[in-house]
Amino acid sequence: MANQVCFRNNHLENSWTLEAYQSNGGYEVLKKILSEKTPAEELIEDIKLSNLRGRGGAGFPTGIKWSFMPRNAPGQKYIVCNSDEGEPGTCKDRDILRYNPHQLIEGMIIAGYCIGASAGYNYIRGEFWEPYSRFESALEEARAAGILGENIFGSGFDFTLDAHLGAGAYVCGEETALLNSIEGKKGQPRFKPPFPAGFGLYGRPTTINNTESLASIPVILAKGGQWFLDLGLPSAGGEKLFSVSGHVNKPGNYEVPMGTPFSELLEMAGGVREGHQLKAVIPGGSSTPVVPGEQMMEVNMDYDSIAAAGSMLGAGSVIVIDETACMPRILERLSYFYYEESCGQCTPCREGTGWLYRVLQRIEAGNGSNEDLDLLDNVASNIEGNTICALGDAAAMPVRSFLKHYRDEFQYHIDHSTCMVKSDW
Amino acid sequence: MDNNNSLTIQVNDIELQVEPGQTLIEVADANGIEIPRFCYHKKLSTSANCRMCLVEVEKAPKMMPACATPVMDGMKAWTKSPKAIAAQKSVMEFLLINHPLDCPVCDQGGECDLQEIAMGYGAGTARYSEKKRIVKDKDYGSLVSTEMTRCIHCTRCVRFGTEIAGITEIGGTGRGDHMEIGTYVQKSLSSELSGNIIDLCPVGALLSKPFLYSARSWELKSLPSIAPHDAVGSHIQVQVRNGEVMRVIPRENESLNEIWISDRDRFSYLGLNSADRMTQPMMRNDVGKLVTCDWQQALEATVKGLKAAGAESGALASPSATVEELYLLQKLMRGLGSSSIDCRLGQQDFSGQQNQPAPQLNSTLESVEQQNAVLIVGANLRHEQPLLAHRVRKAALAGAAVSSVNPAQVNFNYDLSTTVETDQLTPALAAVAKAMVALGKGSDLDGLTALVANAAVDESHQAIAQSLIDGEQVMVLIGGLVYRDANQAVLYALADAIAQMSGATLSVVTEGANALGGALVGAASTAGKNVAEMIAEPPKAVLLMGIEAKDLSSTDAIRKTDFVVAMAAFSDGLNDLQADIVLPMAAFTETSGTLVNMEGSWQSFQGVVAPKGEARPGWKILRVLGTLANLDGFDLDTSEEVLAEAKTATESAAQAGGWSAPSSLGSDQTTVSIGHAIYAVDPLVRRSEALQQSHLGQQKGEIA
Repeated sequence: MANQVCFRNNHLENSWTLEAYQSNGGYEVLKKILSEKTPAEELIEDIKLSNLRGRGGAGFPTGIKWSFMPRNAPGQKYIVCNSDEGEPGTCKDRDILRYNPHQLIEGMIIAGYCIGASAGYNYIRGEFWEPYSRFESALEEARAAGILGENIFGSGFDFTLDAHLGAGAYVCGEETALLNSIEGKKGQPRFKPPFPAGFGLYGRPTTINNTESLASIPVILAKGGQWFLDLGLPSAGGEKLFSVSGHVNKPGNYEVPMGTPFSELLEMAGGVREGHQLKAVIPGGSSTPVVPGEQMMEVNMDYDSIAAAGSMLGAGSVIVIDETACMPRILERLSYFYYEESCGQCTPCREGTGWLYRVLQRIEAGNGSNEDLDLLDNVASNIEGNTICALGDAAAMPVRSFLKHYRDEFQYHIDHSTCMVKSDW
Repeated sequence: MDNNNSLTIQVNDIELQVEPGQTLIEVADANGIEIPRFCYHKKLSTSANCRMCLVEVEKAPKMMPACATPVMDGMKAWTKSPKAIAAQKSVMEFLLINHPLDCPVCDQGGECDLQEIAMGYGAGTARYSEKKRIVKDKDYGSLVSTEMTRCIHCTRCVRFGTEIAGITEIGGTGRGDHMEIGTYVQKSLSSELSGNIIDLCPVGALLSKPFLYSARSWELKSLPSIAPHDAVGSHIQVQVRNGEVMRVIPRENESLNEIWISDRDRFSYLGLNSADRMTQPMMRNDVGKLVTCDWQQALEATVKGLKAAGAESGALASPSATVEELYLLQKLMRGLGSSSIDCRLGQQDFSGQQNQPAPQLNSTLESVEQQNAVLIVGANLRHEQPLLAHRVRKAALAGAAVSSVNPAQVNFNYDLSTTVETDQLTPALAAVAKAMVALGKGSDLDGLTALVANAAVDESHQAIAQSLIDGEQVMVLIGGLVYRDANQAVLYALADAIAQMSGATLSVVTEGANALGGALVGAASTAGKNVAEMIAEPPKAVLLMGIEAKDLSSTDAIRKTDFVVAMAAFSDGLNDLQADIVLPMAAFTETSGTLVNMEGSWQSFQGVVAPKGEARPGWKILRVLGTLANLDGFDLDTSEEVLAEAKTATESAAQAGGWSAPSSLGSDQTTVSIGHAIYAVDPLVRRSEALQQSHLGQQKGEIA
C-alpha cells in the first residue's frame, strides 16, 4: 500500500482545488470536530496513539508536542507550519503544497483547535513560488467557503491562516529562526530555553510543526490513531514521504509505510541508473551521515533501523550515489552549502563551517596534506554539539561520516592530487 | 536570601544556595568561579552566541552555555572538567582563526578580553593555515574608531544600541563568516552614550578614536574622579601618563552611573590640552593690553580693585565649580560686603525664588526606575542629564507611563504614553493642572483654580493628569528649558501644584554639575543682585569664576564695567569679557574638590595631574585673595578644611518652599528659550574637538 496519507488525493484531477479535496471527504473531520466540539484532549490522545513523529527531521512525537502547549492560558497562541524545506535532497512538502494544500489547511485548523490557537502561519521556502501561489489560492478558496476566518462552519470557532514566503535562507527552517523571520527580524535561531511552547512567535506560546506532520492530521483523525499506527511500526506510525534523488532512474516522492525496506523503495524509484552499482546512500537529507550502499540494502526506512546503521531518517530525503561519484567532491559541495548557509551568529558554526570548506576545497584541488584528515574530523567534532542550533551538527555530521567510510578516497586525493574515482558527471 | 525559595546546586562539586531564575554564569560570578565569556554582559540581554562559557552539566547531552542556562534544584555543573575545558578551548580556537595577530599595534592590547582569555585557553600554535578574513572598517564618526577585522561578532555593541542607548543604529548584516557588524547605512553614531561601546567591545574592534595610538594601557595610571558636566556626578577613572590626562573611562557605581558614562563625560578631557588654556596670570598694562604678569601682582591688583568696589562688587560663577570654590567665592564677596553672588547662569526669571528650594531630584536615580508615571516638563533630558534620561527610559521600558510637555524638537528614545509638543510650556502645564482640578484635586491649593481657569484642556492633558493620579510612585520632572524660561516662576509653581495634587515627587534639574552645591553654600544668593541683574547692570567690580562669554546671555554691559577679574582655565574670556585681570585656574582634573549631585550626594575627588603652567586650583586662589584682603577665616590649608566649613554653613536643602499662587500665568506666555546644546555646556566641553565634530556636536540647533 502507498499514498494513503498526504498523497491520497494526488490522483484526482486538479487535486489542489477545494472541490477535488471535498470530493474525497475533505474538511469532513474538521466539520465533525467543530460541530461536536470534540474535546481537544481527546484529539491529542488520538494523535499520540497514532505515534505520528515529526516529519521535519527530528521525529519528535506530534501529540506530545501539542500537549506541551498551555492551551487554556489566556492570550494569543499560534500554530506555525514549517514549509521552509531547505534540506538538500528533500522536496516532499513542496508537493503537499502543490497537490494537496487543503489537507494542510485542514490540519492546521485542527491543530489550532487542539492547542488553543486562533491564528496560524505557514512559512514557505523562498524559492517555492509555485507552491506558495497554489497555497495562497487554496487559502482564498477556504476563506470564501467560510472554512477560515470567523465562526468556521457556524461553530463559533475562529481561525485565521496566512502564508509567509521566506527569502531563501536555509537556517530559517530552524524553528526559532523561522519565528524571527516571520517577526521581520534577521533569520537567526534563538537559544533555548525558553522554548516556543512558552515563548514563541511574538513572545506567545507557539507550536511549530512540519508540513507533512500537519497534513497527516485530518487523515489520522478521520480514520483513527490506531489505523495510522498500524500503517507503520509501533515505534513510528503511518506512511512517510521519501524524496528519492540522485543516481536513480525515477527520482521523486514516494509515500510508503514506515519500515519499508530501502531495497523496495529503491526499486520503486526505478533502481540505480542503468549499468551502475549502488555505492552509498545519504538516507535523511544532506546533513545526515552517509551509509555505504551494501549496508543500506539491509536497512528499513524507519528511525530505529537507520539509526542502527549509524545515520538518521531525518526528513526522509534519500540521496542515492553510484560508483561514479567522487566522495571528496560531494563532501566539498555539501560543506560549501553549510558554509554559505551558516547564519553567523555563534562562533563554532560561523568560523568552523568556513574552515571545513576551505580545507576540503584544498584537498579537492589537490593541495591537501596528511594532517588534513584528522584536522577535518577534529574541527567537525568541535562544532558538533557546541552551537545554538542544529546547523552546526548538520555541517559536522557529513564530514565525519564521509571520512569514516571513505577515508581512502580522501587519502588518495592527498597523495595523488586527483580523484580516485573518475566521475562521468 | 530567601531560604524558602532558594535552590541548592553544585558547581565544581561545591554546594551553593542560589535563587530561582539565576543563570549558571551569574551564580559563578557571585561565587568567584571564573568562566570565560565574550558575549555575556551583566547589563545586556543574553545572546549566548560566543559559546565561550560552555560548561558541563549533569545529564545534559551537550555542553551548556553558562550564560543561558537557568539553575535548577539539584543541578550539578562543572566549569573546569575535561569536557568543559575541551569545549572552551575549541571555541577559543574558532575565535582566533580569523582574528588578526596584531596585538602589538592594537590599542586594546593589555586590556583585551580575547588576549587575556587566549592566554588561558588558546593553543600555542595555530592549526589554521587558510586565508584569514578581512573586513572593511566603518566610519562611526569622531568618537569611535573601528577595526572590524578584529570583530568577534559578540553583538554587545548591537545589544547596547537597542537596549541601553535606545537607538538601533548598529546591527549585523550578512550570513556566516560574511557577517559584519555595522550601521545599516553609512552614518556616524548619534547616541549621547555611544562611547560605552568602546568599553563593551571585548576586542580591539571598537576603540576610542581620540585616544587611538596615544598610549598603551599599561602605561596609564587610573585615578578616581567625578565627572563635572551634569548633575548625575558620574564616577569616572581619569587615566594619566606623565602628568597628562590621556583618557577617561567609567568607574562602576550602580547607584549613579551604573557602568556607563555619557560621551560628554568621556571625551571632555580632550579640551584640557586646548591651546586656549590659561597658564599664566595676566593683567592690562598702561596702554590697555593684556600682558603676562606674576601671581603677586595679579592677586594684589585683584584685591585692590574688589576692595575699592566693596559692596558694589559682584561675582558670577559656573554651576559646575566645586563646593570649595563656590563657598570661598561667596565668603570672599560677603567679606567685601556684597551679596551679589550667583551661579544660576542660565536663569532669567527669579520672581519665584522664595518659593523654590535648591534644585534637586528629591529622589535617588535608582528609584527613578521604580516610578509608575513620570511627567517630563521642559527638559531635553538626554542632552541635559544623559544618565538620568537612561533611568527614566528604564522606567518606561518597565511599563511606566512617561509623558512629556516639551518642544517638538526634544527626542525620546522610548515610547511616551502622552506627549504635548509645544513651544509654550505655560498654557500646556496650566491645562494639565486644570485637568487635575477637574478630577477633584487641588482644593487645598489657594488660588490654583482661578489661576488655571482659562487654560484650554484637551485629551492629552487629561491623559497626563490621569496617569499621574493613577500611579503609585509618580514623578514630575522639570529641566533646563523650564530653568531658562522667562516664565520660570509660574512654570515651577504649576509643576509644584501638579506634583502636590498627584502625590508626586517634584524633581528639578538645572544645569551644571554643582547647581545644588552652589545653592547650598550660598553661591546662588537671593539677597544681592542675581545673574540677570548683574548681566543687565553689572556691579562696579565683577569677579567671574570658570565662565566665559558663551555662558552668559549677554556680555554687553559687563564689557563696559570698570573692573573685571576672570578666574579662568581658558583664555576666550579675555577678549569677549574684556577682563582686566586673568587668574589662571586649574581644571577639574587639577584640583581637589566636591560636587553635590542631583541626589544631594556630596562627592569629593582629588586632583589627578598638576595644574597647567602657573594655573592654580580655584579654592587656593580664593583663599589667597581673602587673606590678602585681610578678611577673617581664610587661613584654610586644605580643601578638606574648606569643605568641612562649607558643610557647617550649609543652608538647609529642604528649605521650605510651599505653595503660593502666582498672580497670573503671565501676560506674555513666552516661548521656550534656548537650551544649551549638548556639547556647549561649559568651557571645557566646548574645547573638546572630537565632541564638537561628532554627530551631536554638529547639531547646532538651539534645542539640540
